Amino acid sequence: MKRAVHHSIGGEGGGAGDDAVTSGMSTPSGTGEAGRRGEDVRSDCWASVEVSSEGGTHLELTSKVEAMFGASLRADIARTLESAGLAHARVRVEDQGAVPWVLGARLEAALVRAGIAPVGDLRPPRTAPDPPATARDRLRRSRLYLPGNEPKFMINAGLHAPDAVILDLEDSVHPGEKDAARLLVRNALRSVDFKGAERMVRINQLPLGLEDLDAVVPEAPDVILVPKVERADEVVAVHERIQERRRDAGVGTPVWIMPILESAQGIENAYAIAAAADTVVALTIGVEDYTADLGIVKTPEGTETVWARSRLVNAAKAAGVQAIDSVFGDVADEEGLLDWGRQSRAMGFEGMGCIHPRQIRIIHEAFAPSGTEIERALAIVAAFHDANAKGLGVVSLGTKMIDRPVVLRAQRLVARARAAGLIPPEVEAGEGDSGRSEA
Amino acid sequence: MSAADFVVNAAGRRVPRVVNGVEQVPYQGVGAYRPEGARHGPPIRSCCDYPANGDKRVADLKTALQKCGLRDGMTISTHHHLRNGDRVALMALQAAAELGVKDLRWFPSASFPCHEPVMELMDRGVVQRIEGSMNGPLGEYTSHGKMRGMGVLRSHGGRWQAVQDGEVRIDIAVIAAPTADPFGNADGSHGPSACGSLGFALVDSLYADHTIVVTDNLVPFPCIPWQIQGNNVDHVVVVDSIGDPSKIVSGTTQITKSPDRVLIAEYVARFLRDAGIMRDGFSFQAGAGGIALAFVQFLKDMMKEAGVRARFVRGGSTQFLVDLLNEGLTDYILDGQTFDLAGVASIASDPRHVATSPFTSYNYHGKGNFASMVDAAVLGATEVDVDFNANVNTHSDGVLLHGIGGWQNCLFSGCTILAVPAFRDRIPVIVDRVATLTGPGELIDVVVTERGIAINPRRTDLLEAVKGSTLPIRTIEEIKAEVEGIMGGKPEPPRLTDTPVAVIKWVDGTVIDTVWKVEELP
Repeated sequence: MKRAVHHSIGGEGGGAGDDAVTSGMSTPSGTGEAGRRGEDVRSDCWASVEVSSEGGTHLELTSKVEAMFGASLRADIARTLESAGLAHARVRVEDQGAVPWVLGARLEAALVRAGIAPVGDLRPPRTAPDPPATARDRLRRSRLYLPGNEPKFMINAGLHAPDAVILDLEDSVHPGEKDAARLLVRNALRSVDFKGAERMVRINQLPLGLEDLDAVVPEAPDVILVPKVERADEVVAVHERIQERRRDAGVGTPVWIMPILESAQGIENAYAIAAAADTVVALTIGVEDYTADLGIVKTPEGTETVWARSRLVNAAKAAGVQAIDSVFGDVADEEGLLDWGRQSRAMGFEGMGCIHPRQIRIIHEAFAPSGTEIERALAIVAAFHDANAKGLGVVSLGTKMIDRPVVLRAQRLVARARAAGLIPPEVEAGEGDSGRSEA
Repeated sequence: MSAADFVVNAAGRRVPRVVNGVEQVPYQGVGAYRPEGARHGPPIRSCCDYPANGDKRVADLKTALQKCGLRDGMTISTHHHLRNGDRVALMALQAAAELGVKDLRWFPSASFPCHEPVMELMDRGVVQRIEGSMNGPLGEYTSHGKMRGMGVLRSHGGRWQAVQDGEVRIDIAVIAAPTADPFGNADGSHGPSACGSLGFALVDSLYADHTIVVTDNLVPFPCIPWQIQGNNVDHVVVVDSIGDPSKIVSGTTQITKSPDRVLIAEYVARFLRDAGIMRDGFSFQAGAGGIALAFVQFLKDMMKEAGVRARFVRGGSTQFLVDLLNEGLTDYILDGQTFDLAGVASIASDPRHVATSPFTSYNYHGKGNFASMVDAAVLGATEVDVDFNANVNTHSDGVLLHGIGGWQNCLFSGCTILAVPAFRDRIPVIVDRVATLTGPGELIDVVVTERGIAINPRRTDLLEAVKGSTLPIRTIEEIKAEVEGIMGGKPEPPRLTDTPVAVIKWVDGTVIDTVWKVEELP
């Protein structure tokens, strides 16, 4: 992998990176490169910029789609260089079928790494459809992780119909590529149609994560995942930074927070973290790091994390937010995933992470209420409406009296099942507005 | 060539009037052309000219070619049942080169990357042109105008048709035989180079002036079973090895792991179910491509769930079709070629797994063929346009890439489904106009992509059948517009010269399109 030659921005825990993005010094002889090169690379490109003091700009372009998009590539590159205010440079691009927003991100990363402070806006035009704001208690059964520096997985991710996608800036991105991934994720949020999946971004651990927020919040992601949270004040910091950036950029939709607890201390502080800001919508756990923190071995059965996961569920429910489980690491073990998911649902979790699209459907199956559960819930909701219609204060089903919390739970289950497509539209349980609110 | 040398055919494609000195019939439309006259016949032979003891062995291939009267300008045919492991085609052409002949027409049923050294034989003038498929490096060679003659691409059925109606007269057929006896009876299901069916070579044995069988597994007469009859064979040559077994059949066939392709495969299976095509006694054709294999897995589960059994499945056989047979989900496999070890073992041992040929499956001059009796065929393509026309022969930039195989012939199934990604990297597959026309849109019923399923508006019955299904049914224009949005616009048309380098034949022998020499990019 090729990385920055002069201006390697970002880096692990580095705080200076973002300064360079916005106000990097212009070194007349700077050079920078970004992206990937080589025969095996797909849907990506490599760009390099060598700034010079005179002679205009010279482009050397090779592309496997030269015959089809050669003119378009040259025009896009020229426009980007012009927006960057770059007058004299040698620019090289090796293209392996990158779509325009990927090319733009790579070229911009190379420019910034070469020390160019872009004078204009290098962002691609916003072509992704504006997704509606997502609800606080939206269905979040599956969230598909997408490595933030790997464009080829992003383009079709929505087709696999996860409830959410996570554009990951953290563990899946090499420390030396944080700056490039940030630009790629920013462009993806502007350009990719995720087909109704909730758009989540996992930022880096603070303080680097705060700079990630500067780049992504203006693009109106739905949820920010904050890794390795241990204390409530970290959530507060993220919340405040998000609100600042939302105001600056005029983002009208909410940007929710999902803290990831990955340590013993994080689990101990679970309730405080969940209650730290009103934009927290869910708590989730990183089992891999948690077991490492405890110095214990993670097993396929997961008994060693039962307490932490139960603690997290309880804290989440106490704070009125969702509890979401970790990922299941063995992609090939579909039976194991199904068992894990069912157990997870029984513990009170409402979803899991996915590391491969084939896990999505299995997770949806695991988190689906059973046919018997749905039938019973529909009957309870119908009895509730029946009682309301007759002006009765007591809801009864057969010979049993139904308590208020049972009705609420049934309404919630019906709504979930409906959102998941498990109840045909023609089936009307006569549920009231409360039942439909999150469908 | 001047403008007068071309004519615009019924598909609106400009095609040469004359190819390699032979006047051509331009494509006239599906089912429009019926040549008349009698079939071509090989010369009359007399058994008294052949050894009475049935031993037709000669010392080597060179001797056999000499005995067949090899001379300049002749047509030598070979076959692709050994696929990328084949050694016999090169052996034959190189023996011809050593005998000093020039200007041969090589008439393979298909070529593979292992045949790359033929380029050198073309450079030296031994081979003048290829009439068969031109894949990979041979395709590049042809597309850059380096072949002296014009290439002719035919479907498997079209090859049989061309031999039968005399358009191609084979002087010498060289048949690679995994097992043979000294009389020339030959079979493909046994021996160290076992490959399954030898169906592609059958027509050559019947119509060629001379036939040579080359084997690395000679058995005493009789070779049982035989697919090639020794009564049609002039000479038998025994060699150390006819092919590299590891490249003839794969040990195991790999299903695609790409989540996007798996999604396409699942849509295909669901379409077959929801459209009511998957029903008791139905039939389908599946190839060995990653998507085709994956759709069989999905369909299998759906068949089990619905308690449905197929009457027959056509392959390209693999482990996956053999499993269907063994699990009682199909009565028969009608096998055109055999792709993996499980397929070879099954065809050798199970009477319900039957070797077929392009004659039974595809031939235009037959009194019917199986292809049109199959309920559904699932095929690939490099490009499909908004009129459902498809290209399997060239890249989007016009460079030759693949042969036709049985693809054109399979279009006659009851429901022809192209299972293709909507784009590959930044190469759109759903386009305004295909670079090269291999099959007319009127025969292509459904295009299944990861971004939705487009049904040909001609098939109102299919549109009706899937109403109310949860499948993502869209128009092909919608899918194309979405792809163009992702690609950042429409692709530029291929940059081609006005020099034809090959023609694409339709199943009836007419010329459906031309492959042009590509412009040399700076």
